[in-house]
Amino acid sequence: MLSRLDVRASPYAFITPFFLLFGVFGLFPLLYTVWVSLHDWSLIGGNEGFAGLDNYVRLVSDEKFWNALFNTLGIFTIAVVPQLLIALMLADTLNRRIRFANVFRMTLILPYITSIAALAIVFSTIFGGEQFGLINQFLTSIGVDPVNWRGDRFASWTAVAVMIDWRWTGYNALIYLAAMQSIPKDVYEAADLDGASRMRQFVQITIPLLRPTIIFTVIISTIGQMQLFTEPVIFAANQSYSGGTQGQFQTVMMLVFQETFDYQNFGYAAAVSWVLFLIVVFMGLINVWLTSRIKGA
Amino acid sequence: MTATTTQRATPSGAPQHRRSPSRRRPGGSLRRMRQATPLTYFALIMTFILSVFPLWWMFVVATRTTTAASQFPPALVPGANFFHNVGRLFENSSANFMTGLMNSLIASTSVAVSVVFFCSLAGFALAKLQFKGRAFFTVAVVVTMAVPVQIGLVPLLILMDWLGWRGELQSVIVPFMVSGFGVFMMRQYVLQTIPDDLMEAARIDGCSTFRIYWSVVLPALRPAMVVLGLLTFMQTWNEFIWALAVLSPENPTVQFSIQQLNESAFSRDFALMFTGATFATLPLLIIFFVFGRQLVGRIMEGAIKA
Repeated sequence: MLSRLDVRASPYAFITPFFLLFGVFGLFPLLYTVWVSLHDWSLIGGNEGFAGLDNYVRLVSDEKFWNALFNTLGIFTIAVVPQLLIALMLADTLNRRIRFANVFRMTLILPYITSIAALAIVFSTIFGGEQFGLINQFLTSIGVDPVNWRGDRFASWTAVAVMIDWRWTGYNALIYLAAMQSIPKDVYEAADLDGASRMRQFVQITIPLLRPTIIFTVIISTIGQMQLFTEPVIFAANQSYSGGTQGQFQTVMMLVFQETFDYQNFGYAAAVSWVLFLIVVFMGLINVWLTSRIKGA
Repeated sequence: MTATTTQRATPSGAPQHRRSPSRRRPGGSLRRMRQATPLTYFALIMTFILSVFPLWWMFVVATRTTTAASQFPPALVPGANFFHNVGRLFENSSANFMTGLMNSLIASTSVAVSVVFFCSLAGFALAKLQFKGRAFFTVAVVVTMAVPVQIGLVPLLILMDWLGWRGELQSVIVPFMVSGFGVFMMRQYVLQTIPDDLMEAARIDGCSTFRIYWSVVLPALRPAMVVLGLLTFMQTWNEFIWALAVLSPENPTVQFSIQQLNESAFSRDFALMFTGATFATLPLLIIFFVFGRQLVGRIMEGAIKA
């Protein structure tokens, strides 16, 4: 009798902790974001009444929001494009007969395994704060003008993109390497017999066969980088959430923090979060759509 | 996600030592083509230097005085100041570094243990037990993996206020005690490693369902549990956004502490900041040196199955 109850009830008991915790701390906050975003809601006052779409109306005409979105997409682009290209080439390099292959593979995940916050501090120093950083001193030593890494929009994007790429290039290279190793060698052999150069094989065999993997890494990078926060916040040091004096590298997630903690405007912060969520979903769908198009072609 | 595989993936988490396939193929022009050139090694060594330099430099500055950070060409040899800096770090009142370090250790360990336990429990149920709605719940787990939790930041803060957890350590533990990724990974591993016969035999011997999980399934899951535990530990140790939102400088995690050092210093004390950064990285480096190979295997395998 007891054992029949055990057989019937145990499966539900085993999955309950997951769904319960996810429901309370994952799903509920996400949905409740919509509710909060429709209200005037402050840190101290709590819910101060229904505001309808006011927060969204404000968002559409808020230059700071558009600036933050522009920065997020800009940093994403200048980080992810070189990152994936370098990762592809690194993977191709590692997919050869080499000595110490394991040492080099381990090297690739070393950055992924280290602390983002700690390394963001190190990189911020390399790019220079109040004092000259290593890069500017190097530039000066070869007779090039130092770069204003925090003041200039494009320069600050570059600095943040370098931190992102340092961390993620090797990780993506390992993913590509795994996919490359599952390509049958006969394909290359045939191409080889036809006299195709290594470059040609890379472009015409490796890249097309890797397409699904490449799209996968693009989706993962998109979801991650749309929420970019740690690197630019630490890079900014004292002006934490504003992203430079003119907001030249303020990301959307930094704007959410600024509204939440500096201005204590929960309602508006929730509206920005929700729009960010929709953008992430939208970009995910575009990726999926592209995938199916490419597969069909 | 789309399948990229032509190769059967081995159970997740198991260390794999794949060789470059070209090694298996003797002779022929292909072998010549896939051979490494000096340029190959140059590229790899550059990658090695670029990957290691920031970490090495972090450690070097941590062993010197603050001027080392602005020295050019950069200081590359450790100095004698490390223990002096460590002493200053733990005495520094604005960072509460000791508290941060302890909090991170407690949080990362408890989240890792909890994720491994709950996810293997749920993964086992979804893989092997018969019950109504199993297919539905499995799909539901996969869907949760796509939800970016950071976006619920504001309501999660409000929830923490309701619970009275704002500023308390449990606020960085409890919300992360399960993970959809973990459940799915465990389910796959159970499907691949536990034969049905084994479970039936245990059942006939009179084991309860939990007893089967505990004495039959868990021992077989060990490799996957190690990898999931490590990945979760790393993730929790590294967590920055949520800690910054919910904790206070008096009761920080280690990542929060080093950000305090980064923000508060008047004339910036780089030796101190870098010593903190070294500590914030140390457990992760230990994991890297001990389990690096397994993690590489896991990342590469995840890619094939994705």
